[in-house]
Amino acid sequence: MKPFSYERAHSPAEAAKAAAAHRGAKFIAGGTNLLDLMKLEIEAPAHLIDVNHLGLDQIDKTDEGGLRIGALVTNTALATDKRVRRDYGVLTRAIVAGASGQLRNMATTGGNLLQRTRCPYFYDTNMACNKRKPGSGCAAIAGFSRQLAAIGGSAACIATYPGDMAVAMRVLDATVETVKPDGAERTIAIADFHRLPENRVTLVDLSGDQLRLDALQFFVGNALLRNPLHFRAQQFFKLLRCRSVCRLAL
Amino acid sequence: MEKSGIFDMSRRGVLAGGAATAAVTTIPGAATARAPTPAEPRSATVSLTVNGKRRDLELDTRTTLLDALREHLHLTGTKKGCDHGQCGACTVIVGGRRINSCLSLAVMHDGDEVTTIEGLGTPGKLHPMQAALVKHDGYQCGYCTPGQICSAVATLGEIADDIPSHATGDLTAKARLSNAELRERMSGNICRCGAYSNIIEAITEVAGEKA
Repeated sequence: MKPFSYERAHSPAEAAKAAAAHRGAKFIAGGTNLLDLMKLEIEAPAHLIDVNHLGLDQIDKTDEGGLRIGALVTNTALATDKRVRRDYGVLTRAIVAGASGQLRNMATTGGNLLQRTRCPYFYDTNMACNKRKPGSGCAAIAGFSRQLAAIGGSAACIATYPGDMAVAMRVLDATVETVKPDGAERTIAIADFHRLPENRVTLVDLSGDQLRLDALQFFVGNALLRNPLHFRAQQFFKLLRCRSVCRLAL
Repeated sequence: MEKSGIFDMSRRGVLAGGAATAAVTTIPGAATARAPTPAEPRSATVSLTVNGKRRDLELDTRTTLLDALREHLHLTGTKKGCDHGQCGACTVIVGGRRINSCLSLAVMHDGDEVTTIEGLGTPGKLHPMQAALVKHDGYQCGYCTPGQICSAVATLGEIADDIPSHATGDLTAKARLSNAELRERMSGNICRCGAYSNIIEAITEVAGEKA
């Protein structure tokens, strides 16, 4: 692992400021994905900002009757919440379908949404990977793996997003809230939060990829779920998808 | 675009904590440099309460909780298996919940309470879960056993706390103990010798005694 300096932030705004002030900084919450990648030196942040003490570990009811899930609510806490189990069962099902009890106790909602692909060619530093090293190519496309994109890939990348929770969030039409260093708050529909390789601006020049970078760097906010009653009345199509996901998870 | 309320939340947290001015606390030794030399190791002071005893350490920021326990506190009961959060040999209990100590930095646990296998029982006074694994032959080589036991103790706590699992049928009913539940919940602990059946029997016996 490469050496890094470390600090604890105590508010979302300060965490966002610290990220802007330190070149090569990363947020760390549960650390279950980031530390794994740091040990392999796929990630090598020069500075870690511990965001576990931002106070974003609550699930609050919104005025509209939905839920606001803090970025630091653990997977276990989110899956266990009585309101989630009753009104958004697909979310609990998706969370407990992944990882292990130990990992779910550590992993957070924000970190889960931002986890990196498990493409074996991304993990193998001997292989060309546009995600790990933009412009180096993609060894996965001509390679051998059963877990990569059959649809939605591009000529530059066929990595897939590994999480289950985000799929449930997408079914439920969640919204992601972020904050920038200048304090500006932004909401991003979950459908726009993760993008298909074919829709990326460019894999060579990531500086043009503002939306994605903003989201990665400054996601110290919340995930919002709509009012379940509103959802059921108006999102009939998606409710059907929700049910099919439930059946798969069972 | 609606206001998100992020700052409402942070204001509440700040007021509750009474720390309105302490926005960012930097660990000593990592204080000033904005673009650190990549090769330069950084150290930090970390205080852990391990098995009820406070331990103060000066550690490289890269030190995992697992390495802090084993290499610095010489609590070698906790084992290093894969070192990537997949095998569960490093399982310890932090703040009442089981975690993979290999995928957590020690510096992130400053002020936390950690329980390792050494804190559950001693050779002269075994924890009921330890005694049950001995009785049911719940191991062969024994390398995964400390992690299995810490995980099993915490698993019974998770069922008691009504935390659901992938084996839970009705999400709105209280979590129940069953063979399928225990197998699913213990799936983060790998036993290369394949003692799973005996491990589950041991946990079931302890759970029965508790009930």
